[in-house]
Amino acid sequence: MVEKTITNSLSWVIGGAQGSGVDSAANIFSRACAGGGLHVFGKREYYSNIKGEHSYFTVRVSEKPVHSHIDEINMLVSFDAETVFRHFEDVTEGGAIIYDPENAEILIDEVPTIDDQAAARIKKTLQDAGFGLKVQDALEHAKKRGITIFSIPFFQILQEFAQKANDPALGKLTRMVNVMALSASMAIMEFDSSVLAGAIRFIFRAKPKVAELNVNAAAHTYSYAKAKFGNTNFRYRLKTRPIDKDMIIVQGNQSSAMGKMVAGCRLQTYYPITPASDDSEFLEANEILDLYDSGKKGSTVVIQTEDEIAAIAMAIGSALTGARTATATSGPGFSLMAEALGWAGINEVPVVISLYQRAGPSTGLPTRHEQGDLMFAINAGHGEFPRIVLASGDIEESFYDTIKVFNFADRYQMPVIHMLDKAIANSVTTCKNFEPGKIALDRGSLVHTVTDADKGIAGNYLRFKLSDNPVSPRVVLGTKDAIFWNTGDEHTEEGHITEDPELRVQMMDKRMDKLELALKEIPDEDKAVSYGSGDVVIISWGSTKGAILDAMDKLAEEDIKVRFVQVRLMSPFPSELVKTMLKDAKKVIDIEMNYTGQLAALIRQNVQRDFDYQIVKYNGRPMSLDEVYNAVKRIVSGKNVPRRQVLKIGT
Amino acid sequence: MALKLADYKTEVHNDWCPGCGDFGILNAIQMALADMQLPKHRATIFSGIGCSGKTPHFIKTYGIHTLHGRVLPFAQGAKLANPDLEVIAVGGDGDGLGIGAGHFVSAGRRNVDMVYIIFNNAVYGLTKGQASPTLKLGMKTKSLPQPNVNNSVNPIALALVSGFTFLARGYSYDVRHLKDLISKAVAHKGLAFIDVQQPCPTYNDINTKEWFQGLDNIDPHSGKAMPRMYKLEETGYDGVVHSPDEINEKMAQVIEKSNEWGDRIPLGVFYQNEHVPTYQERIIARIPNYMESPPATQEIADSNGKPITNIERLLHDLKVDK
Repeated sequence: MVEKTITNSLSWVIGGAQGSGVDSAANIFSRACAGGGLHVFGKREYYSNIKGEHSYFTVRVSEKPVHSHIDEINMLVSFDAETVFRHFEDVTEGGAIIYDPENAEILIDEVPTIDDQAAARIKKTLQDAGFGLKVQDALEHAKKRGITIFSIPFFQILQEFAQKANDPALGKLTRMVNVMALSASMAIMEFDSSVLAGAIRFIFRAKPKVAELNVNAAAHTYSYAKAKFGNTNFRYRLKTRPIDKDMIIVQGNQSSAMGKMVAGCRLQTYYPITPASDDSEFLEANEILDLYDSGKKGSTVVIQTEDEIAAIAMAIGSALTGARTATATSGPGFSLMAEALGWAGINEVPVVISLYQRAGPSTGLPTRHEQGDLMFAINAGHGEFPRIVLASGDIEESFYDTIKVFNFADRYQMPVIHMLDKAIANSVTTCKNFEPGKIALDRGSLVHTVTDADKGIAGNYLRFKLSDNPVSPRVVLGTKDAIFWNTGDEHTEEGHITEDPELRVQMMDKRMDKLELALKEIPDEDKAVSYGSGDVVIISWGSTKGAILDAMDKLAEEDIKVRFVQVRLMSPFPSELVKTMLKDAKKVIDIEMNYTGQLAALIRQNVQRDFDYQIVKYNGRPMSLDEVYNAVKRIVSGKNVPRRQVLKIGT
Repeated sequence: MALKLADYKTEVHNDWCPGCGDFGILNAIQMALADMQLPKHRATIFSGIGCSGKTPHFIKTYGIHTLHGRVLPFAQGAKLANPDLEVIAVGGDGDGLGIGAGHFVSAGRRNVDMVYIIFNNAVYGLTKGQASPTLKLGMKTKSLPQPNVNNSVNPIALALVSGFTFLARGYSYDVRHLKDLISKAVAHKGLAFIDVQQPCPTYNDINTKEWFQGLDNIDPHSGKAMPRMYKLEETGYDGVVHSPDEINEKMAQVIEKSNEWGDRIPLGVFYQNEHVPTYQERIIARIPNYMESPPATQEIADSNGKPITNIERLLHDLKVDK
């Protein structure tokens, strides 16, 4: 059978024990592809564990921008037994598995990190097909399905490498096996080895000696694989193309942090929590900031607090001094912040909370993905107070949205919750270079001096002045002649405690009216965005965006047209706009990474429009292009389609 | 023009119970501010929740009345964002040593240059007299249905082992002495803690003003009351760590003195150690221009609102043609 060669379209997976360099190898692979003019979308999956459990990285490569992963694997790169067991079924015909023959005889029961449930499923697959339970059997199973098996004895090659370099000590550097395995896959796909070397040097740029060792080990393995498999005629190839110089390759745990630098966030608090900590750590690692047109340096003070209650309380204290301030957390931490959120609400404090969602409730699946906190973000805290909740759909959006949320916080003097999630935080993508000057900073009614006209009868500054404008001018702590008070109690215009019923109504109205103002002023593109055309309309929010957009492209190839409404502003809810967007919809399909369909409930509540179909997923693994494509296609073309489809794919 | 005591008072009606020990502390804070001639706008009083939580509303400086137990994180956040502010945090014993105990310990580890005053009356007053973390085991104040089943925490010893670098105890009816302690605490370089014994006339019928005065403790020879409070400085006690090699010895004497209770209750400065770098100094070690350009005062945009932070270096690293 002559197989058509597929160039520059690939789903590549590398797996291994946590701590064995899976991430580094995937980062090198992604950067090499990007450096070779290709687009990538990668996602990282890992256990709540430091060392030993199975982690893997999926990278999709294409000549066009990619926004999601797919279920099939075209090349599986392994150097341990578990990766073969976990993923061999997902490798499709024409694809390949790279493995170390030393692992061939390992039985699935000899791999302690494969949990009983997964082991039972894998065993069933093998036994049903008449195979035994060794790595070799899994490979035979694959081979039977038209998959090429590349056997590469990494340890042996490492010894040869050490011998060649005349340095026996190198033979012990088994941690280079990750890069060697990656290099073998590149050789088989005939990727330019010099671009690969450049990517290795870049990833290890902080340690030039380590970089050179890895480059040499990679080159050695590359030659080995090329000599051994050069005429295999493997179906998938990666070929470098001219580079678009305006492209960057960026991780989702860097984008919002960079947005914070540009936005002028100068103090961030946090308590360690996956997947939010990376945001704070990136800020801290880059705490000294370059400034344009100035000899001076800026800086971000990052404070690790004793808990998330302290994190938000400290952030609010900082915000009261005029510093743009944020805290970054995930669900469990955000739960602890609820009381202080209300304090920021009643005292009209601009503070930003980056909420990186993960699967709950409680500790849930601490390193896995879910969009389960929408209702909570909108409602967290007792009593009623205004807040803005904005949800970003992808890495690029998250950069610009971060600048916007600080503007919203200042302009409307209220807490802003910026919703992100594990899928965004732990993915990597090529995209257009960020434009830091694109969004102007808007500090709202921040004032530095006051006059007697701003004062009340007792001569005190009226921080919460009642007027036609629900947003009062804001001074910060330390401003001369503008003393005010704050309290978690209901307050007077000066900020003193009151229990007066009339004043209570006025202050409630003032605070809540700011939401109306925000709805009026916030541009439509920040409220909800519509993609494509058609009377079948998908509604969704957050990081499902990538899989939906990619699925729409695939559906369009079959002349199936659907429209996608991505809701971005969750509070205050843009009812009018969403209503207009859904007006002509014949079918509304709700797509969400949660059990109950929280956006759908919001739309039902605010727009009085129920969905016709629902596609949900709550197994902790992000939706793939195929899952969305199949589920939507079923709805569009099928009969007797269930109203609710639950997606379940993922390792 | 010199600032007078009256300049630090607000027009807000004070609704503490008649005879409340809090009045003495409020006066002492205001007197200390006047003594130091601290410009009103430069000071911010933070408070927690409870009767003591109302304190900022009676003082004409910036006043931030926060959440139950959270006064220290709020206060530290403000101080670190703008180190030019003079920050005084106040709160009750339940607020600081019960619900806020975790923050108390962590604040000690940071040693932010500010003052924390606990209004210590051993009861939760505003919720009508429940036992607080400083009420002794077995005590039954009048509103408790049963004697206190918990042991009490030792605030001074806890502050010491947490890392506070200035420890003192005052008494709300010795306002002048307390005022001096507050001035010393403000002048101290680092995190200062003052435990103020403050009788709650409504709910604590054990540790009353009369009890502190020793009216039940009559000297059989002179027939006079023997006050329970005494001043450490009058006994030759020196809590100051003059050189780092004295730390262990000075810490040991704090533990001993802080355990005194009953007929002899020490007041005054238990400990002062300026050999520990403040949190601000630790930031300066990493961000050299932190004091000149702290988070609160950094320019972030030009006059048109265009961001001035230059992230080209970071973006350059992300370029695919690297």
